[in-house]
Amino acid sequence: MKKIIIRKQDVEEIIAYAKEKLPNEACGLAAGREAGDVRTLEKIYYLTNTDASREHFSMDPKEQLQAVKDMRANGLIPLGNWHSHPETPSRPSEEDKRLAYDPRASYLILSLMEEVPVLKSFHVENGEASEEILEIQE
Amino acid sequence: MIITVAGNRKEVKEGLTLPELIEQEKVEMPEYVTISINDDFVSTEDRNSTVLKEGDNVEFLYFMGGGC
Repeated sequence: MKKIIIRKQDVEEIIAYAKEKLPNEACGLAAGREAGDVRTLEKIYYLTNTDASREHFSMDPKEQLQAVKDMRANGLIPLGNWHSHPETPSRPSEEDKRLAYDPRASYLILSLMEEVPVLKSFHVENGEASEEILEIQE
Repeated sequence: MIITVAGNRKEVKEGLTLPELIEQEKVEMPEYVTISINDDFVSTEDRNSTVLKEGDNVEFLYFMGGGC
């Protein structure tokens, strides 16, 4: 099972960004370094949800391209993506699983349904999701 | 000729088509991949007829989306 390490500051910024985008879903990418089963997220990207919807998201391909170039320029590798669930729990929905085309990616989902936001990370492959270990570091 | 694919320089045959590159690169589920050449996105209609040229910079981007 993969272990995902993310900085507390990045988590706080993702939460703030996702709240700012309410009532719609927010989304983005994550890049960093990988050593064995440990993935360290070093940079979070904030992309436009072109669906502008509270129930769906699609990342802007132009921004996706810019993010990939930035990762490369900074020596980072793409490790996954994140999106928010404004009114549902932190777990991949059927649509999330159906559209998870990259089994190498970690799928981080931030739930804002309760007062305290919940962030979890998942591996999705062949329509099946399993939770990854998510460690938030100071 | 030399082209760049996902940041890596590669030597490929002259007149390589985009479908040939997709096959050569073993792109999984290409129907869900957006392709850019020199920062311009290739439309679905143009995908099969696109011929690559020297110095082209090609990127494959998986569609990323979902629900809640």
